Amino acid sequence: MRFPYGDKVLENFKNPKNVGKIENPDGKAIVGSPACGDMVAVYLKVDEKEHRIIDAKFESYGCASNIATGSIITELAKGKTLDEAKEISWKDASEALGGLPKIKAHCSVLAVEGLREAINNYEEKHGLIKEKKPTTVDEIKRRLKNVMNPLTGLDIVRGNLLKDVKVEEGTVSIWVDLPENHIFAANIRDEIKERIETIWDVKKVELHFNESQA
Amino acid sequence: MPDMVYMDNAASTRLDERVLEAMRPYLFESYAVATSEFGHSMGIEAKEALEEARLRLATFLKASPEEVILTSGDTESSNIALKGIALSLGGKKGKHMVTSKIEDFPVLNGARALERQGFEVTYLSVDSQGLVDMAELENAITPETILVSIQNANQEIGTVQDIEAIGKLCHEKGTLFHTDATHTWRRLEHDLGRLPVDLMTFSGHTIHGPKGIGGLFVRKGTPLGKWMDGGFQEFNMRAGLENIPGAVGMAKAAELVTREENERLKGIRDRLIDHLLSEVQATTLNGHRQKRIPQNANVTFHYVEGESITLHLDMRGIEVSTGSACFSRSLEASHVIMGIGGNHERAHGSIRYSLGRFNTLDQADVVVQAMKEVVARLREISPLSKEAKQ
Repeated sequence: MRFPYGDKVLENFKNPKNVGKIENPDGKAIVGSPACGDMVAVYLKVDEKEHRIIDAKFESYGCASNIATGSIITELAKGKTLDEAKEISWKDASEALGGLPKIKAHCSVLAVEGLREAINNYEEKHGLIKEKKPTTVDEIKRRLKNVMNPLTGLDIVRGNLLKDVKVEEGTVSIWVDLPENHIFAANIRDEIKERIETIWDVKKVELHFNESQA
Repeated sequence: MPDMVYMDNAASTRLDERVLEAMRPYLFESYAVATSEFGHSMGIEAKEALEEARLRLATFLKASPEEVILTSGDTESSNIALKGIALSLGGKKGKHMVTSKIEDFPVLNGARALERQGFEVTYLSVDSQGLVDMAELENAITPETILVSIQNANQEIGTVQDIEAIGKLCHEKGTLFHTDATHTWRRLEHDLGRLPVDLMTFSGHTIHGPKGIGGLFVRKGTPLGKWMDGGFQEFNMRAGLENIPGAVGMAKAAELVTREENERLKGIRDRLIDHLLSEVQATTLNGHRQKRIPQNANVTFHYVEGESITLHLDMRGIEVSTGSACFSRSLEASHVIMGIGGNHERAHGSIRYSLGRFNTLDQADVVVQAMKEVVARLREISPLSKEAKQ
């Protein structure tokens, strides 16, 4: 077999470490979407006193380099403090894997992003955000790019399901262009809330769906 | 590698030994190429072999030998067709062509190149099974249309177009018709005495012939401009030294494909399709179930990615291909899967199994079993599959 992948990449692809979910994770993130290619979920268990990652797991809907990076990045993160783990870069992951083809950078950088988002998610939930920038509509939209409509495989931003977003004094209002009784309305509602509610200056999330359709 | 299961025959095939044997004399004995029929006897012998090969190829197509020009492969054949017609009629009849969105790259990129030179091209959409809509085609043809180029069957999903009806419509509307038959030649019947086709691309390497040889059927009287300049070979339609061993090899390869073989491939194809769809959950067949070439199966395995699948299969000695963006050099998802109304997700997990002479029914079972294991394993890792199971 001759691939542009080294032994370490193939080993981490074949037998990825830390695969799966963590029940009741302290931090979690799902980044990417099927529409743009790959998708990665990262789950963290964190020691609250030391802010140290005691367990990390991942799931991947992606190619070999995506899976291998998910494996290595969770290995690298375990045992590190949140601040240390935040510094893990794509380059670190690539080096730990003995090098990744450049063309695959975009597939593997997603796993790195997933880890950072999961750490961010923990910090938000625990009031540890240091840089307290006021939340903007753009930031809300950025986060909503990771909320998927399972029916189309497109996220709700690119799938044009976002009618409007308003941020006013700690209340985020979101209008979704789907009927209230859409089969995935409840999923989408939960996902949106999960991604927005943790932001430090958000007090309330109001979701508006269209009227139910017969 | 004796235990290898090679199912990427649409990309290229293993040469049949009998083809090599037929070619051998023209590589080592009559290797000369006569530039004139009054040349030396070794060259004349080789030339006779070339004309003999052409006659056999023509006979298979029910065409006359002067209607078969030999090229370096299907890419060149389709380029000659599109650009040759553009040369001959572009300044006279008009500058419009019609093709489909799911053509293979020679036609697709050939058409795009002509667009850059001022031609206008209509790219017809296809339905969810990959079929061109006849009403849409009829509307697309204008008095300025000089050529319609619609493939005989698709390279990825195997859907077979009704080229008889398409050709008939083209002729009624007064335009020429080219079809890329790379993946149907000798796998389906082609009676060009009857089929309303003016130009047809075919290739040797897809039927266990040599690489670097192909052909273009050019119906007598078709105004084809000379696109490749040089000598006066191939009835002054394609310049360049004749590839005589290649021509002899392609003719032999054509002869070796039999109706029985095609029926046998159909059996392997159907076994693959039926078992993959019934034994693996969350799958979608890509392409038409009935209007399909005998040697192609293409299935999307939802919630998993194609490159990961092909890599796992490769480790088990199984070679296939995928329409996933991660697999392609351009990092673009298959334009065919997108063209049949699929999304990136459908292309992401699509696997093409393309069959050839050396595949067996038992191999279909080996592949199905491997797919079950590989897909299950990747779905365990996938964040999507759990959502889907709920």
